[in-house]
Amino acid sequence: MKYATLATLTAALALGASALAQPAVTPSSSVMVAQLPPTNPPVLIRHGHVFTMGSAGTLSNADVLISGGKIAAVGPNIVAPANARVIDAKGKPVTPGLMASYTQLGIEELELDNESNDSSGDQAINTAAFDVTDAINPNSTLIPVARIAGVTRVLTAPVAGPGVFYGKAAILHLGNGPDLLVKPNAGVFVTLGPVGSDDSRGTRPDTWSVFRETMDDAREYWAHRAGYHLPGGSRDQRTLRIDLEALGPVIRGEVPLIVHAERASDIRQALKYTAANKLKMILLGAEEGWMVAKDIADAHVPVILDSVTNLPFHFSSIGATLKNAARLDAAGVTVIFEPQNDDPSQYARTVTQIAGNAVANGMPYEHALAAITSRPAAVWGIANSYGTVEVGKDADVVVWDGDPLEVTSAPTAVFIRGDNMPMVSRQTMLRERYKNLKDKAKPFAYR
Amino acid sequence: MDSKNGLPGWAPAAIVVGTFVLVWALIPGAGKNEEKKDGAFPNDQFPSTYAAYPSKPTLIRGATILTATDKEISNGDVLLKDGKIEAVGTNLDAPTDAVIVDGKGKFVTPGIIDIHSHLGVYPSPSAQETSDGNEATKPTTPEVRSENSVWPHDPGFTRALAGGVTAMQILPGSANLIGGRSVVLKNVPSRTTQGMKFPDAPYGLKMACGENPKRVYGDKGGPSTEMGNIAGYREAYQKAKEYRAKWQAYWKKGEGSEPDRDLGLETMGLVLDGKIRVQMHCYRADQMATMIDVSKEFGFHIAAFHHATEAYKVADLLRENNTCAVMWADWWGFKMEAYDAIPEGIAMVDAAGACAMIHSDDPLGIQRLNQEVAKAMAAGRRMGLNIPRAHAVAWMTKNPAKALGIDDKVGTIEPGKMADVVLWDRDPFSVYAHAEKVFIDGALMFDRDDPGNSPRSDFELGQFLDQGHTGGAGQ
Repeated sequence: MKYATLATLTAALALGASALAQPAVTPSSSVMVAQLPPTNPPVLIRHGHVFTMGSAGTLSNADVLISGGKIAAVGPNIVAPANARVIDAKGKPVTPGLMASYTQLGIEELELDNESNDSSGDQAINTAAFDVTDAINPNSTLIPVARIAGVTRVLTAPVAGPGVFYGKAAILHLGNGPDLLVKPNAGVFVTLGPVGSDDSRGTRPDTWSVFRETMDDAREYWAHRAGYHLPGGSRDQRTLRIDLEALGPVIRGEVPLIVHAERASDIRQALKYTAANKLKMILLGAEEGWMVAKDIADAHVPVILDSVTNLPFHFSSIGATLKNAARLDAAGVTVIFEPQNDDPSQYARTVTQIAGNAVANGMPYEHALAAITSRPAAVWGIANSYGTVEVGKDADVVVWDGDPLEVTSAPTAVFIRGDNMPMVSRQTMLRERYKNLKDKAKPFAYR
Repeated sequence: MDSKNGLPGWAPAAIVVGTFVLVWALIPGAGKNEEKKDGAFPNDQFPSTYAAYPSKPTLIRGATILTATDKEISNGDVLLKDGKIEAVGTNLDAPTDAVIVDGKGKFVTPGIIDIHSHLGVYPSPSAQETSDGNEATKPTTPEVRSENSVWPHDPGFTRALAGGVTAMQILPGSANLIGGRSVVLKNVPSRTTQGMKFPDAPYGLKMACGENPKRVYGDKGGPSTEMGNIAGYREAYQKAKEYRAKWQAYWKKGEGSEPDRDLGLETMGLVLDGKIRVQMHCYRADQMATMIDVSKEFGFHIAAFHHATEAYKVADLLRENNTCAVMWADWWGFKMEAYDAIPEGIAMVDAAGACAMIHSDDPLGIQRLNQEVAKAMAAGRRMGLNIPRAHAVAWMTKNPAKALGIDDKVGTIEPGKMADVVLWDRDPFSVYAHAEKVFIDGALMFDRDDPGNSPRSDFELGQFLDQGHTGGAGQ
């Protein structure tokens, strides 16, 4: 009782009442559930060990009321509205839906199949305008695979192509479509510093020349934008107009520049540039981030990383270590996690394992869980609607059968924006089809 | 090094040949020169120089022991002595000179064996000059050997050691239909690859189904189709059969001029003899079925299908043919061939009575095979299968040992086996578990509590001297 304030309960009742006032929709069959608009009957999750990830902290034996697509109440002994469905969590963990902060979900079906992969541009230069929202497929089979593992939000981001810039990312929810877009233009990606032995972007000075020239062009363009199309109205620029447009919010510090860099010196160089030019910056990768942790923390630059990369895959990442996440976190850097980064879309569900391994290597548990819930919500600017189990947030809520960061655990129920998602994916259907090879009564293709 | 996998189709021929060789060798004066004296293809051109590191008798006391023989011993002891597992049980007596390790609250498993790794042949850092895993110059290269590409200073070996990996098979890549010989290594630091070679472990022959060879050779003269792939294997094995017959006739006659030597066909002849085990990259169920037919046509046996993302669809067929399936816990969908992988795959193959196991194929994944098995075990349990951890542990120990043909030496905690043993700080099937001590042939190769007992490759020496970066195992 001590965690639930009067205001919380009042807000809960008000929201619950308004939801009840709406016409109830009753599904005619289980198949219908997936297509329902977010005006489902309320759901009360009882007896959860609730990691609110908000100011109330962790509540043992608490209830969560979901109504009208929102979290309507959180606290002990909530009275179920008359038409509510009740789920008994039996003391198991309840968390916000998880967020994987770097995937290609919705824009890539098979990584190695060009026809089904829209994640990367082909142009050698100037691809800041490459926009993932042009390609989002809400019917991707990858989405149910991720969400039945508890992932309800993702950063869908472009993959580095041959250019220095590689495009605009977006925030998606993984609930019912067709519109999964939560926030477009969540950041513009750039690679500063070669990251591989066959890097087509050339040397560091090459990369920096192109980068500076492009940014200078963007500032010039925005200073004289009205006259750009007129003869003699603008100097001849190598950057395409559409890319100069895309960089506008970046040079104004409204949209973050997401910098992929591994080596400590590259990170320092990027921090210097963005500070001098007053840009908003987020780091991706940052294998040697721990060596410049204080610089990163002082600049208030969040870092997206995969906690298990601990080999010197390139000369840019010789300092890679399992302790990177813990060391950055201890220095005060906001660390958020991407899934296992070789195939972050297919493996979006590994984001819990990535968080768990960070804990195993020294990161405090609550910080690691925050790195896949409340912290990405803040970093991506969607904390008003997502990231905690708190009244008024979108009801992205997961009920688990064990510690959410443990590799043996899985969700028993997943809600996204209030919709109770069916625990079905193409993979569960394949399992059902082939789970009994001895049964010859019904041919496989008819199962 | 003949297969211990019962008596598959090729066995009678191998036994007949073996008997003939034995009789022939006893005839005085038989054989005209040293090389062909035993009437068999030579198989030990790069002999192992492995010698166990120094060890002390060690008694691990009061731990939970997962022996990988479907047994879990609570409050159990394991005694390691002279490089071997001397005893396992409860309340064992310690020899007077034994090091006692308190295992209370801890777990003991056999050393993890990764049956599919490219450490050393695709090392870190991935410099162009050390990317030596694929001889992608023609689709059939049985003459090459991964052991000749291994860079023993790959820091990945040390990281794998910290993950409890005590042995691994290093395979050539999968660009080729027949990619060359694999090698089984003990995960010990050595100046030479020969110094890591698992003594008397059979070689493997890497073969690859499907998409990779088509992608690599599609516009380089082929094969460019599945049917082209199959024709390629059959053509190669037909040549190998003829080559082997030529030599057998020559050995039988004991005189005349020696047939021309072909190093690739010699390797394949050893496959036909059952002395080299076929380790085949194959994702799809239909591809596996077709390859089993090819193996029967030419009289060889496929020890294991690797990656085997669709093995769960044909687990009955794999069981009948005594072929293992080597799988990931949850990798899928990176290409069409992997689209149908499911997290329950390992558990379903196992439940069908076939031989199932984990593999990494990845320098990061190899460090956490315990976590991968945990995921596979949990997925199987959630679909209702009864999988005790004492059983699942075999997926990373006993079963890979069986598929490699070294299960008489490693893979379980039983008296007489090599003392390749891991002490975990908790249940190894937890994301929070660490391998605390790793023994290979009884020698303590890695100790998480002792920074001095953590091997570092030459490459990592001198990097970031003043910043606390040690490199090495556990980094």
